[in-house]
Amino acid sequence: MSLNLELSHWSYVAMLLFTMTGSWWLEFAFRIRVLRRPKILFASVLPVAIFFLAWDAFAINQNHWNFDPNQMLGIIGPLNIPLEEYLFFLVIPIAAVLTLEGVKVVLRRFSK
Amino acid sequence: MRFELSYTQITVYALIITIFFDMFATKNSLLSTLRFWISYAIIFPFQLITNWWLTSREIVIYNPDAIIGLRLAGAPIEDLIFGFAMILAVMSMWETMLRSRGSSSVG
Repeated sequence: MSLNLELSHWSYVAMLLFTMTGSWWLEFAFRIRVLRRPKILFASVLPVAIFFLAWDAFAINQNHWNFDPNQMLGIIGPLNIPLEEYLFFLVIPIAAVLTLEGVKVVLRRFSK
Repeated sequence: MRFELSYTQITVYALIITIFFDMFATKNSLLSTLRFWISYAIIFPFQLITNWWLTSREIVIYNPDAIIGLRLAGAPIEDLIFGFAMILAVMSMWETMLRSRGSSSVG
């Protein structure tokens, strides 16, 4: 198992980085204390991630979808799920929570 | 007889389970709140962009037999519902965790 440095293999990772870049600054811009409360964050994200990872594992097993090996890092985790998919179920939910908390701050400002 | 679930079918079940989870398990009923729909309105274009990236570049390839065939910005409609359900579930969990465990921290 070797890390592939050819650019095309980072296609899925690029999307994850895009989402992280687009969301992490909300923590500081709106002072929302999402990333600074990692215990609550992971207690929220993990149960949902497990549910959706189970679905992912089933879908991969049933061939509902598959992944282009030329655009992935090639690191396959448990249940035949690629590393990028595991990260997807962390990055996207965290971005969603950051968005929700940012919106709540703005709504509070408007209601004052 | 073969027992089979298509992506379309699982998507519908997951959406129903998530809505019940939000309404009756966490009792947040985020679907009836302004904060949820404003958040989703912000997330939706990014959902389309990231889904488009994964599907149009064929990073993720869908079995045509598992989906209904309706697509939005390159992505199967099932994917968008999958994302919607996941976002609703995690936001509902987050608000519940905030209530039960966030009382000690400020903000």
